[in-house]
Amino acid sequence: MDIPYTIEPRRDTGLYNAKVGIWLFLASEVMLFGALFSSYVLLRVGNEVWPHGLLNIPIGTFNTFVLITSSVTVVMCWVNLKLHNFGRAKFYLAITILCAFAFLGVKTKEYNDKFIHYSVRTTDGKEQTGHIEGDPRFLTLKKVLAKKAETISFAADPVHDARGRVTAEAKAEEKAHHGAHEFKPIKVSDITYLSSYVPSHSPYFAVYFLITGLHGLHVLGGALVMAYILFFSNKMWSKQPDRVTNRVEVAGLFWHFVDLVWIFLFPVLYLL
Amino acid sequence: MSDHSSPEHIKKSVRAYMFVFGALLVGTLLTVWAATLPFNNTHPRVGIAVALIIASVKSSLVAGYFMHLISEKKAIYATLATTAFFFAALMALTLWSMHDFPHFTLIRY
Repeated sequence: MDIPYTIEPRRDTGLYNAKVGIWLFLASEVMLFGALFSSYVLLRVGNEVWPHGLLNIPIGTFNTFVLITSSVTVVMCWVNLKLHNFGRAKFYLAITILCAFAFLGVKTKEYNDKFIHYSVRTTDGKEQTGHIEGDPRFLTLKKVLAKKAETISFAADPVHDARGRVTAEAKAEEKAHHGAHEFKPIKVSDITYLSSYVPSHSPYFAVYFLITGLHGLHVLGGALVMAYILFFSNKMWSKQPDRVTNRVEVAGLFWHFVDLVWIFLFPVLYLL
Repeated sequence: MSDHSSPEHIKKSVRAYMFVFGALLVGTLLTVWAATLPFNNTHPRVGIAVALIIASVKSSLVAGYFMHLISEKKAIYATLATTAFFFAALMALTLWSMHDFPHFTLIRY
């Protein structure tokens, strides 16, 4: 039995079914991400201190360019399918998928940078952020005590101002040390709190990892769907080319939505 | 993505897509630059408004041209109008209640 209205439009909607379906799905996704943005607003307003400068803006900007480029390439894929240039369409689809994995690769690096970055509070009331020698991930005070370590080697970050920018004094000091991070021992007995930048660290990172993680899963899902279309459409193209075109159109709509979410995510999380 | 799918129309659309691509890149750089301006420190609400306005313009371009919403059918517009209503309601409720914290629930360090 053939699935109806995969190509020809329905009389009542004027559209083929998958298009109506994808827009309904995107409507639900708007509410999903909308709810998360709403949570972000409430958490941010409810916290007296909200960190700045903890996310790498050039990397975030690069990722934004990657997603924008991938949106263009998926549209160009659809254009070439409409013009019956199947080979060229597959080329653009392949570029889109590469952009998706480039985005995810950069995101993975960003996440890893957070997992090896630590906040330490000591008994003298001082709080420092920085790196532990060897760059361990997910270390906690409990784990350090279980290892019966007496000290940890800690390289503190340069001092930042309220907007997250490195102060002039810290820049001068870093220049004097030729940019090298100096590891200094901290007694484990003096530590009251130790955590890497993980979701449990603060509401800031909880929100950051939740929203960008969910967005990243959407990127992965979209990339996998497009990869399926790229590798398994040859047979269908020879028999029903319009159906392949519609599949790319529907996948493209989802992909543009993913790009749309990032267009708002980037300034909200990285810049504000 | 619309019924204007003749090859000639599609070739004309490619020019629009490239224009939107350029606009999106410029918009991204503009957003980053605007975040460095002094009013972000003195008037943070202005900074937030500027960032969201630029993001809204960019997303309108993506939705209008890449997703072909400028020439879609009524069924899609009806779906999106409903979505927009509920999204606006969600944000309105958020903004209305965002300072309404019961005693001792604000997180202070």
